[in-house]
Amino acid sequence: MSDYCQLSGLTKTYPTPRGPAVIVKDFNLNIRKGEFISLIGHSGCGKSTVLSMLAGLSEPSGGGIILAGKELAGPGPDRGVVFQSPCLLPWMTAFENVMLGVDQVFFTASREERAQIATYYLTVVGLGDSLHKRPSELSQGMRQRVGIARAFALKPKMLLLDEPFGMLDSLTRYELQQVLIELWRRNRITALMVTHDVDEALFLSDRIVCMTDGPAAEVGEVIEVDFPRPRERKAVMEHPDYYKLREELIQFLEVRAHRKGTAAPPPPSASASPPAVRRRAPADIEAPMNPA
Amino acid sequence: MRSFKLDWLILPLLGILLVLGGWQAVSGRKAARKDAEGKVVSEERVGLIPALPSVVETWQASRIYILEPFAKRGEMDQGIARFTWYSLLLVAKGYGLALLIGTPIGFLLGLSKVFTKTFDPIIQILRPVSPLAWLPLGLVLFLDAGKEAGTLGALFTIAICSMWPTVLNTAVGVRAIPQDYLNVARVLKLSRTKTLFKVLIPATLPYMFTGFRLSLGIAWLVIVAAEMLTGRPGVGGFLWQEYNALVYEHIILSIITIGLVGFILDRLMSLIEARFKSI
Repeated sequence: MSDYCQLSGLTKTYPTPRGPAVIVKDFNLNIRKGEFISLIGHSGCGKSTVLSMLAGLSEPSGGGIILAGKELAGPGPDRGVVFQSPCLLPWMTAFENVMLGVDQVFFTASREERAQIATYYLTVVGLGDSLHKRPSELSQGMRQRVGIARAFALKPKMLLLDEPFGMLDSLTRYELQQVLIELWRRNRITALMVTHDVDEALFLSDRIVCMTDGPAAEVGEVIEVDFPRPRERKAVMEHPDYYKLREELIQFLEVRAHRKGTAAPPPPSASASPPAVRRRAPADIEAPMNPA
Repeated sequence: MRSFKLDWLILPLLGILLVLGGWQAVSGRKAARKDAEGKVVSEERVGLIPALPSVVETWQASRIYILEPFAKRGEMDQGIARFTWYSLLLVAKGYGLALLIGTPIGFLLGLSKVFTKTFDPIIQILRPVSPLAWLPLGLVLFLDAGKEAGTLGALFTIAICSMWPTVLNTAVGVRAIPQDYLNVARVLKLSRTKTLFKVLIPATLPYMFTGFRLSLGIAWLVIVAAEMLTGRPGVGGFLWQEYNALVYEHIILSIITIGLVGFILDRLMSLIEARFKSI
């Protein structure tokens, strides 16, 4: 099935005292079933806004999203979201946090079956020994493991990852990327990940969508990444195309992202203000999704 | 370890001794006026504040109430623990009522901007009204209850005076729930009831308990006023009765009791509060 998820003409504007601020403008993307897509761009360019519209946490101002043949309206557990901060409820154990979602999705299953699902995914992410620990007793990386388990345990149609490893140190980040790619290989859930880490995007994705700078961010370039799967970090990094692709991505982020951003017609109301101020607006608005 | 003991034992004891000493110094004592032959003509009280009973006098007059704390010699002549127990019972009822009413109001304030805009001004106006002002209204409201009017009026006063910290802290707590937690609830599409019990209430609990603790302090404050005016048996009622009976030592006994009980209640609530804050 091609075009499992279609984002067409997706636009997000926020009203400001100086007129509407256009964050994302006419964003088009078709995602195939079982594909892993990374959305990359400078911070504040509106990538998280796209993800947040896909998650249903933010209403698109224009355009629409179709997932598995149905137009999306509002949030729902058919999309598993992994937030940047793990967003675990601190008064619940790791197990209870995962169960909260599992209970929602598999309400017809028996209590034991649901407990099995939660236990299974927590074990797969390596938390078999810490099922009944509260988030305060877990390290940052372990918390994000719970977040990943929670998303996968829903057996969602789509996985949405909002800079899931952004707050981790690089060693933990590598570990968790491995955990993620392993789980994804077993389940093949269509995934969209927002990141600004070039290597992370290359290691995990089938395609990398580069976004231009905001305001009015849109799809800049799409880069195909066809390293063979299952992927090993070492093999990927030694692949002859790795540094070519990496160079291309960095080139885009350093040069072309800005050029396209400035080439886009500025919003009429904002034209009087200096560019620096305009550039900051989307970042501010993006903040609720990224509390870090 | 020594400095630790100094902190929580020796210094507080020193403070108490200083206050007791100051009290003894300014209080009055009995002095006999004698005539020329040395015969006692009359007794009078002398000192900086002649009417203020001294520490020793207070102890002598109070020892029976303290040493037989549960004795019942008459309606208004009972051991101090018994009086405290009556007061605590009444406070518990009024305070329970305050929490039952105050917590939902706090949630509504925290969740709804419209509700806040509608009712916040009236809350701010009612909040500073003294228990002494509410009590007569409480008595009037329950005039038909006959013998129970005093009790019901007191309950009404305790509830309406002590619920405000619970209302306001709960509202602040609900507003302070991180967007992250609400996003989790939205993404998982939790039902309203589930969101309330699994997310909103647990997230608000630490704030709620701060409110509960402050409310308990006020409820205990109000009880004394309520008992004084309704003449119910209890620490406050005893205090007022002994004032009328000119046994000033017992006023001091009551004050110390009220203070101690209030202190203990506050400590207990702090312990519970800390438990929820640590999560």
